[in-house]
Amino acid sequence: MRTINNMTFKIAGAAGQGVESSGAGFSEALAQGGLHIFAVQDYMSRIRGGLNFFQVRVHEQPLYAHEDAVHILLPLNEEALEAYRDDVVKGGGIIYDEGLKVDPQAAASRGRRAMPVPLLDIAKEHGERVMANTAALGAAAGVVGYSYERLADVIRKNFRSKGDDVVAANLRVARGAYLYAEERYAADFEWKLKQVDGAPHRYVMSGNQALALGALAGGCRFISAYPMTPATSIIEWMAKHEHSFGVVTKHAEDEIAAINMAIGANFVGARAMTATSGGGFALMSEALGLAGMNEVPLVLVEAQRGGPSTGLPTRTEQSDLLFVLHASQGEFPRLVLAPGTIEECFEVGWRSFNLAEKYQTPVIVLSDELLAASLRTVEVDAVDLHKVVIDRGKLLTNQELDALEGEYKRHRFVEDGISPRAVPGHPNAVYATASDEHDEFGHICEDQENRVKMMQKRMTKLETARQDIEPPTRYGPEEAPTVLIGWGSTYGVLREVVDRLGGEARLVHFCDLWPFPADAAEALQGGRLVVVENNYTGQFKQLLQSETCIQVDQVISRYDGRPFSPEDVLASLKEVD
Amino acid sequence: MAVTVKDYAGSVKPTWCPGCGDYGILAAVKQGLVQAGLAPHQVLMVSGIGCGSKLPDYATVNGFMTLHGRPLPVATGAKLGNHSLKVVTVHGDGDSMGLGMGHFIHTARRNLDIVDLIQNNQIYGLTKGQYSPTSDRGFVTKTSPDGAIEQAASPVALALTAGGTFVARGFAGDVKGLAGLIAQALEHKGYALVEMLQPCVTFNRKNTYDWYRERVYNLQEDGHDPSDQVAAFAKALEWGDRIPLGVFYQTRRPTYEEQVAGLEQGPVATRELKPLTADEVERLRAELG
Repeated sequence: MRTINNMTFKIAGAAGQGVESSGAGFSEALAQGGLHIFAVQDYMSRIRGGLNFFQVRVHEQPLYAHEDAVHILLPLNEEALEAYRDDVVKGGGIIYDEGLKVDPQAAASRGRRAMPVPLLDIAKEHGERVMANTAALGAAAGVVGYSYERLADVIRKNFRSKGDDVVAANLRVARGAYLYAEERYAADFEWKLKQVDGAPHRYVMSGNQALALGALAGGCRFISAYPMTPATSIIEWMAKHEHSFGVVTKHAEDEIAAINMAIGANFVGARAMTATSGGGFALMSEALGLAGMNEVPLVLVEAQRGGPSTGLPTRTEQSDLLFVLHASQGEFPRLVLAPGTIEECFEVGWRSFNLAEKYQTPVIVLSDELLAASLRTVEVDAVDLHKVVIDRGKLLTNQELDALEGEYKRHRFVEDGISPRAVPGHPNAVYATASDEHDEFGHICEDQENRVKMMQKRMTKLETARQDIEPPTRYGPEEAPTVLIGWGSTYGVLREVVDRLGGEARLVHFCDLWPFPADAAEALQGGRLVVVENNYTGQFKQLLQSETCIQVDQVISRYDGRPFSPEDVLASLKEVD
Repeated sequence: MAVTVKDYAGSVKPTWCPGCGDYGILAAVKQGLVQAGLAPHQVLMVSGIGCGSKLPDYATVNGFMTLHGRPLPVATGAKLGNHSLKVVTVHGDGDSMGLGMGHFIHTARRNLDIVDLIQNNQIYGLTKGQYSPTSDRGFVTKTSPDGAIEQAASPVALALTAGGTFVARGFAGDVKGLAGLIAQALEHKGYALVEMLQPCVTFNRKNTYDWYRERVYNLQEDGHDPSDQVAAFAKALEWGDRIPLGVFYQTRRPTYEEQVAGLEQGPVATRELKPLTADEVERLRAELG
C-alpha cells in the first residue's frame, strides 16, 4: 500500500541542535517540489538544551493546520526519541543516528519501524560532523523517495554564503545518507512524496512575515518595539529593510518607550507601528489611551502567548482578547483585528494603517504564537502587493493647509467625529493638544458641556468605523447542523475540521472583532453553536453573547499553550454527541 | 519677517500660582526660541504632566502634552518621524527624574538632536506638596514627614554620565540668563539639557527665590571651561552654599538621527506616501523566494 503526498515529519532535539533551521530547509525543499506544507514549531524558552520540535505536514492540496499523527520522526538525541516516538503511527518510521543509545525494540514497538542510519559517520566521511542534520534530511528524503535534487537546491541556496566547499560537502553528505536510507528502508515504507510537476511557484511564509510585509506595503516606515516572543520577528524583518526601503526601526529601552515613540512618529505624520506580546502590551496600556484621547493614529500588534505574567513565553494562547478590548483607563474608540491566515495577516498589515489614519485612533492587531511563527505555503497572489491601497483619511494636504483660514481646530466637532488632521510643520495649523480633556483647539478644558461633546465626538468615530468592519467569513455548507465559531489563528484547524466532517459542520470565522460586526448574528442562524478558542474562560463566547444575546451551545477550549489539532476538535465535538 | 516674542504669545491665561517660577520659564522659553530664530510652526514642544508641563498650552507653538514621565519617548518618535522639526521637551523634576528617569538616561546617551528643558522645583506641586526625586535630604513634606532620606537626583550629573553633549543649568529668577542658555541649547546639535531651577512659591518654602539668589553663580564668569569634562563633573556635584549656573559641558558627537540609515532619504513624515513601485514589488518578491 502506498500513501502519496500526505504525511507529517517531526524533527526534534535540543535547542542549539539546529531543529528549526533543518525543519525550515526541509519545508523549503518540499515547497520547491510543488507540495503544500504547514509547519508548526514547539520550543522552550532557552538558548541551549531542552526539547524542541519542528513538525512539517505535507500534502498535494493546500494545508491550513497541522495534524497530530507523525509518519517520520527525526530525533536528534535520545530524549527526543523517547518523548515523541508514540506520536509515530503504525508503519511509520523513526530515523536516528546509529550512535544514539536507543533500544531498537522499544523504538520499533506498536508497529513502528526503527531506521538507524550512521548519520554522524556519513557526515564525517563526506564532510564534517556538524553536517549530521543534513544527513538526517537526506535520509528522510531517501526513505520517502522524494526528489534529491529539490533538497540539493535548498542546500545550495542555504549554504551559498559559506562557500563552495561547504556546499559541496553538504551535498555529498545528503546524497550519502539519501542512498543509504533508500536502499535499506524505502522499499516497503508506505508514505511517499512525489514532486508535483508544473505546480505554480509558491511562497513559504509565517504570519509575522506576512504582517510586516503588509505593513511595509501599506507605507509603514517606522517601528519602535522591545523584543518579546512571539512578536520580535516583526521588528527584525523591518530592520532588514532599513536600507532598502528607508524604514526607521527603533529598538526602544522598554515597551512604554516603544509605544510612546510610535505615537510621537504618528503625531508628526509618519506611518508608525509597535509590536509586542501580552506582557509588553500591559506596559503599553496607558499610552494606548493617550493615542485614543489625542486622536493619534497607531497600529499596535499584540502577538499573544501563554499568560498570565511571563507565562509560557514560546507557546500559543488566545487569552488577551478581553484585555485588549478594555485596556487603559477611561473610554475611547479602538479597532481590533484578529487575522487567521497568512493572507489575512498580509491584508491586515496594510489595512490597519488605513483604518488608524481614517479614524485617528489606535488599531490593535491581535495575533498569537501559532500564527506568528507557523510556516505555510501560499500562492503568490495571496500577498498581492499590487492590490494594496493607501488611504490617509482626513489628513490635510499641503495645498489644503495653504488655503486654511482662521485658527486651526485639531479636534473640531464634526458629525462623523473625524476632524480634519494637520501634522505639525505648517504655519497655518500651529496647535498644541493635551492628554487632559481638551477643547476643539486642544487646550486643556474641564468645562462640562465641552467634555460631553468631546466624549461623544470621539466615541462617534467608533460608530463611523463600523462601515469598514468586515463581516465574519464563512466556510462550508450553509445548512450544516453544527456551526464552528472561531477567531484569529483557529481558522486553519476549523477549516480542516469542516472538510473532514463533510457537510456536518460549517465555520464562521471572525477577523474584525471591534467594533463588533453588526451582521454577526445573521451568520450564526440555525445550527448548534460551538465556539473554539485557546483560553480558559471562553473570552470570545462572552463577547459574542454580550454583543448578540445569542446563546452558545458548547465551548471547546485549550489552554496548555499548544495549538488545537483537527483531532482535538473532532474528539471534543464527539464527546457531546 | 523676523520672529518676535509676540508670535509665541498664547491665548490661554496660565493657571500657575502668582509668583510661580514657571512664569519666568515661559518668558525665557519664548525669548530663547526667538533668539534662535525659530518660528512657532518649526517647533514641536512635547511636555509631560505637572504644573510646568502645561507650558505649551500657554503659548502659540506646536505642542503635545503627553503622559507623566513619557515626553522623551514621544519626542524621540517625533524627531525620528520628522527630523526637520525642532523638537523641545519641557517637563518637571517628578516627570523627568521619577517615572521618566530611564527615558532621560537613554535619550541623553542616544544624543538625539532635541532640547530637554527640565523644570526643577524639588517638589510635587500639582499633587499639592510631596517630596520629589530632586528634593534635598531632610526636606519635610507630606510624604516625608521626618525629612527625605534619599540622596537627591541631579539632572546635570546624570546627563553628563549618560553622555549628553550639552549640559546646562539656568534659574527661573534670571529670565535673561535662562533665555540665553535655551538659545544656546537650541543651536547645539545633539541632546541638550537645560535644567531650570524653579521656586514653587506655594509648596516649597525652602528653595525660594532668595535662597537661590544667595547661592547661584555663573560658571562662565567663574572661568569654567565647558570642554573640560572632568571639571564639568566636579561642578555638577557642587550643591549647597554655592550653586553653579551656565554651561557645564558641551561637545560634538554625531547625533542619533545622523546615523540612522532609514533617514538617508529624508524625514519619514515629509516623504510622499505612495504604494510600492514596480521595482520595489519585484525586489520583495525576489526576497520571498
